[in-house]
Amino acid sequence: MKLISAFLVGALFGLGIIIGGMGNPAKIMNFFDVAGSFDPSLIFVMGGALITTFIGYRLVFKASATPLFKGAFELPIKSTIDAPLVIGATLFGIGWGITGFCPGGSIPAIMLGEPSVWIFIAAMSVGILLANVWQRRSLNS
Amino acid sequence: METEFTPFASLIGGIMIGLAATLLMMLHGRIMGMTGILSGILPPFATDWGWRVAFLAGAALGPFALIALNYPIPFATPTPTLVMIIGGIVVGFGVKLGSGCTSGHGICGIARLSPRSIAATVIFMVATAITVFLIRHVL
Repeated sequence: MKLISAFLVGALFGLGIIIGGMGNPAKIMNFFDVAGSFDPSLIFVMGGALITTFIGYRLVFKASATPLFKGAFELPIKSTIDAPLVIGATLFGIGWGITGFCPGGSIPAIMLGEPSVWIFIAAMSVGILLANVWQRRSLNS
Repeated sequence: METEFTPFASLIGGIMIGLAATLLMMLHGRIMGMTGILSGILPPFATDWGWRVAFLAGAALGPFALIALNYPIPFATPTPTLVMIIGGIVVGFGVKLGSGCTSGHGICGIARLSPRSIAATVIFMVATAITVFLIRHVL
């Protein structure tokens, strides 16, 4: 039941990404290209998702002290804006601008039969592994 | 490279993403951040990888319903393969170092009014805009 529900929630996410147009790198790039072939669609995806989540989270936290399938909500507790956050977000932005793919946009595009999607996901996985190694090194030193 | 402005479809897609984030919190108590979910199934593996694999499988296979229904899915990328590889590595390194991406920081984090997520989102949106401007209008 747990796994089936996670699968179905994932499917809802994947459908939302593709219907919203976030699986299309050209559309992402056009959102940021205000000086060129500007396409404001992404603001509707982000806005719709943000408002729904904002309301949804409040209803969930009000309705129950625990999630249905677990003992407690797992929420990030860190609140300081540190160097890794700033550097990481900057690098992500540069990569998003270069590729037009964010992690959430790429996974639902796997089934489109576009090799560029698979190449991106493989490269992104390498990047995540490199960051893991880097973070463990800086922890040890 | 022009793309069609799709306010209605994009709003519907956004609401679906928001519902998914809400359901994942309600059922599994987790933030719907693709960076966190994905890194948990890469080494060093998270102990709770089951729901992660199930979620990612759903995210990858769900859109197959659209393909089966012949729903038009525009797709285009101007990025050459080598650049895609470098950019992909930069995205992976950045999201891991910055503890999140568009879904985790941009949607779930801002919905929780997390200062870290608000800062990260402003930073990566600005960095993306500058990068796209440089690629399309300067280089």
